[in-house]
Amino acid sequence: MSAAATTPLDRRSFDLAALSTAVVIALHMPHLPWWLGAPLMLILGLRWWQRRNHRAHAPAWLKLPLLALLVLAVVEQYGNLFGQEPGTTLAIGLLVMKLLETETVRDARVGMGFACFALMAALLFDQGLAATGAVALGLLPPLATLRSLEPGRRVPATLWRELLPGIALLAIALPLAMLAFLLVPRLSSPLWGSPNRSEQRSGLADSMTPSGFSQVLLDDSPALRVSFDGPPPPSGQRYFRAYVLGFYDGTSWTADRGIGGQPPASLQAAGTVRYRVSLEPTHQRVLPSLDMPLAAPADASLLRDRVIVADKPVDSLRDYSLTSATHYLLEPQPGRGQARWLQLPDGFDPRTLALGRSWRRQQGDDNAAIVRTALALFHDGGFRYTLAPAPLGRDAMDDFLFGTREGFCEHYASAFTLLMRAAGIPARVVTGYQGGYWNAMGSYLLVRNSDAHAWSEVWLAGRGWVRVDPTAAVRPQRISLGADAATPGQLPWYENGWLQSLRNRWDIVNRWWNLGVNGFDALRQRGLLKPFGISEVETSTLALLLAASCVLAMLIGLAWVWRKREPEDAALAALHRLERKLARMGVTRRTSEGPRDFLQRAARSLPAQHGRLMELMHHYLELRYAHNEPKTESLRALQRGVRDFPVSRVVK
Amino acid sequence: MRAALRRLAQRAERRLPALTRLRKPEPLPIELDRRRIYIVPSAFGMAFSVLLLVMMVGALNYANNAALLLTCLLGAACASSMLLAFRTLDGLRLRGIRAGHAIAGDPLELALDFSAPRMREAVRLDCDGETHAFAVDGVAELKLRLPTAQRGWLELPRLRVWSTWPLGLFRAWSWLHPQQSVLVWPRPEQAGPPPLLPADAPGRLRPQAGEDLAALRDYRRGDAPRHIAWKASARHHDLLVKDFDRPQPRETWLLDWHALRSLDRETRIARLARWLGEAEAQGRRYSLHLPDERIDTGSGPAHYARCMSALAVLP
Repeated sequence: MSAAATTPLDRRSFDLAALSTAVVIALHMPHLPWWLGAPLMLILGLRWWQRRNHRAHAPAWLKLPLLALLVLAVVEQYGNLFGQEPGTTLAIGLLVMKLLETETVRDARVGMGFACFALMAALLFDQGLAATGAVALGLLPPLATLRSLEPGRRVPATLWRELLPGIALLAIALPLAMLAFLLVPRLSSPLWGSPNRSEQRSGLADSMTPSGFSQVLLDDSPALRVSFDGPPPPSGQRYFRAYVLGFYDGTSWTADRGIGGQPPASLQAAGTVRYRVSLEPTHQRVLPSLDMPLAAPADASLLRDRVIVADKPVDSLRDYSLTSATHYLLEPQPGRGQARWLQLPDGFDPRTLALGRSWRRQQGDDNAAIVRTALALFHDGGFRYTLAPAPLGRDAMDDFLFGTREGFCEHYASAFTLLMRAAGIPARVVTGYQGGYWNAMGSYLLVRNSDAHAWSEVWLAGRGWVRVDPTAAVRPQRISLGADAATPGQLPWYENGWLQSLRNRWDIVNRWWNLGVNGFDALRQRGLLKPFGISEVETSTLALLLAASCVLAMLIGLAWVWRKREPEDAALAALHRLERKLARMGVTRRTSEGPRDFLQRAARSLPAQHGRLMELMHHYLELRYAHNEPKTESLRALQRGVRDFPVSRVVK
Repeated sequence: MRAALRRLAQRAERRLPALTRLRKPEPLPIELDRRRIYIVPSAFGMAFSVLLLVMMVGALNYANNAALLLTCLLGAACASSMLLAFRTLDGLRLRGIRAGHAIAGDPLELALDFSAPRMREAVRLDCDGETHAFAVDGVAELKLRLPTAQRGWLELPRLRVWSTWPLGLFRAWSWLHPQQSVLVWPRPEQAGPPPLLPADAPGRLRPQAGEDLAALRDYRRGDAPRHIAWKASARHHDLLVKDFDRPQPRETWLLDWHALRSLDRETRIARLARWLGEAEAQGRRYSLHLPDERIDTGSGPAHYARCMSALAVLP
């Protein structure tokens, strides 16, 4: 190792090390703040330029302040140095710092080991197929760098050619890697705390502020994938409920705290559908479900309003199966605490409340007519659906209903619910997902975060809780065709048109990836050997299997490297073949005989083949002794002659 | 610490030759095979496996299957690199060794002739504390400089061929101990008297034709026909012969072992070696008489090498 500590790095190795670092930064760019990622790239580029053109070391007075600056920046951005994101950011910064002082072979080795670690850290933020593939390809520059550190190799002409052997190495490693992946025993509970994310991903939350949704509606990452037993419900009926929000304080809707522990509300189901949901990590506990689930899956419970919460936050992909009622009567008799669904904010939105009360006066006891009046107001009152509505003031609903008249689902659901309550109809806001893309090839429904939606439920005597979607009154396309159809020109370019449809189709690969790789947890690992009649695999069995298969893989590898490859001499092989044929005809070569003597003797004893044998002998002797480089034509002639040589058994 | 370890290893090798595979010298060609190639992880390999372990525990802890898959992939690639390290040496052949000439104390140039059926990269060879790296593309010739101390036959030392190809994680090595000796010439003394010349030496010189044309003279019986100046002869009665300028012939040196009775053996050899060198440098012809060998008069590099080698192998 002492040699490695002093051997200076050649230019190609340094180029590769710089490339590796650049790839690491690029793979982390999606979650790095730009004001940190861009300077790191810049420092890397400057360092590369400086060593290439001046062959100089980075000065020490530069490194220390840069390090301090890095730590400051991380603390500034994330608040502390520990945890998943700040730790990763710090690691990337340190990797760039390491490159500043990389001058020897040992430095480069340390740096590349660190780069591999940083590459893995990129997968903490995105575990999709594309991300994993990109990170796996990101291994190539570090591997190429390590190769380039070995003296006495043939240096490829271009930098890109350096990367190719890495692909071969990864390819031959793939079978063993898959085996290890299958058999490494998974932990049923983590050794230390789950990652605490400082920044929640935008997604549904247990509170809703009108216009707070717009971030979610622009996030087109997949939220859940649903496969149905039987045909999927029609697109207008795909409402996945996540939160029931009953308390309005004038600015935002929140869930009722007081209903924990109460049994689920009574449900009379008419039509049910069975389906299986694969939920992307949300870091929240709620499990969205289609309409009214009959029961909660394992490790989760059904709340009073028939929404499901898991016992633990969903930090990794979660699969669950449910049966839901699509036609139902929920709580047809008024339950206890019905009054909470009539709660109104104190001192907010006086005009809205007055409007609701006036409807009650006009329509009398006909609650359904009041609902129709409200929907008619949204449909004919000059309301506009937009993802970028004008800001609202203190009396948000007043401003919305009588001022701006533009907004999206949250505004409509919020205003509708408030109007209903003012008219004395129990009502609540429900958030979740609506719509989704039906992937016919994979037979599953892809629901993206941009399919997040908010609607209302009102309680009508005899019918119980009824779903009313006021957004449908304004923009029916939102419900029938999906979020992007409702807002042409307001979504980013990549969420529009054919590209989006292409991405929807492509999502099937992500689904397979999620099912096969990301969803392979301790539970499924235990059932690994089911096809072989072992229902439950113990951890010790797994470890044993892993060890055995590693040994097996090594043996296969050893067999591969140990197999002897005799330098194949084609002419000799042909002669041997001829000898075997002649031996079957009774002429065996003696130990003392050369090819010439032997073939002459054979020709004498097989007069019928005399001409052929003499010709073959001449071919062979010419190949052996006439030229330095044997001609391929004569070799072909010899091989053909031997192949066509007829074996006729002599009768003795 | 390092020295103590080396001493310990040497003792272990002496005591347990079977265990440490201390190889006896063997004839060329030597082909490396699996029975004589050893592999251990390098220090970097150890550190890297610790890193892999950390990555794996992290991936398992966060139940992050993508990261686990990546770690498995990297780990499997590292394990495969062990096989590649083995393959770098497996089947490598040392076909021959050509030795140059060197006088004692000067490094001797060796040319090792390697061949391999496949391309081998980053093969390294340790010799005398120096490491040489080379690639074998079918065949390769590696030039080494072997230090010498004294004249005579020098056994080739044990050579270590090793490689950490491709990633530097594993170190595969094998010992080569070719059964071959190289001849080291004696070192000439720095300065000393010129050789004593035998009294009849000049008389035994045969006239020698020079290089430069000096004049034309009459033909005498015995002149070589190619020296006849045909053009000039055509204008004369007699044949004319080109007379070449004859340089003053140098004396031939007879370097005799027995003429140096007063000196001890090594000094005699050193003096003879110096005289040989001077004679060769001055373009003289010389002969060498040794106790049981007489090398006749001659000159040129081959003659010089023969004389020096005769001196080198003197008991």
